Amino acid sequence: MDIQSCVEVCNEWDIVSARQLGRNMAKELGFGNVDQARITTAISELARNIYLYAGSGKICLEPVEQMGRKGLRIIAVDNGPGIRDIRKVMEDGYTTSGGLGAGLPGVKRLMDEFTIDSTIDSGTEILATKWLR
Amino acid sequence: MRIPILKLHEYLLITIQVELDDQTALQFQEDLLNKIHDTGAKGVVIDLTSVDMIDSFIAKVLGDVVRMSKLMGAQVVLTGIQPAVAITLIDLGISMREVPTALDLEQGLDKLQLELEG
Repeated sequence: MDIQSCVEVCNEWDIVSARQLGRNMAKELGFGNVDQARITTAISELARNIYLYAGSGKICLEPVEQMGRKGLRIIAVDNGPGIRDIRKVMEDGYTTSGGLGAGLPGVKRLMDEFTIDSTIDSGTEILATKWLR
Repeated sequence: MRIPILKLHEYLLITIQVELDDQTALQFQEDLLNKIHDTGAKGVVIDLTSVDMIDSFIAKVLGDVVRMSKLMGAQVVLTGIQPAVAITLIDLGISMREVPTALDLEQGLDKLQLELEG
């Protein structure tokens, strides 16, 4: 099960497919109920960001192993406009779409590791990992 | 996909048993407000026992529908939020502070009754 699984995100229904894939993989890897919900929610937020701000992109999920620890990594990639001010989007309550502004700072809290890499006019890549406890 | 809305005396009961996509959630918002208008319902219980994930979008739609219903004169209670969902919402930074909640359908109906009588 070392293979990456990806879901292309171009519409609202792809958000549902991405989180269903996440729920199934998290369950298979042995994550408990609460962490399954955390992972699924994080995927939903990241997929919605792709759909809202970049138009299209993909969510990939892969099982990871590091120093005897097992986990699940979410990779959210898009070729959208990029994020101009990363510090700003990591603030709670900041939104440009009329949402709650909970997305990215929320994903960071839901997951154990979080990195964001964004280049203006070329796209954004977010990696978020949850480790099995 | 449409979420069924049941009428019970002066209440409306909804139990969400499908994986909520954005369109279904927004359609539900509209359907519920229309149903309140058509039936003159005073109270609404939205049961979330079968919902295993609430992200910020669904949280916003639910919070909004509670406020919209209130504008029309109907009181809404959310019931049955699962432990994992409660934990995830707080992690996300969403407290839904102004939204009335109850442990289950029974307590939700009790809460409505108390508020409508008092």
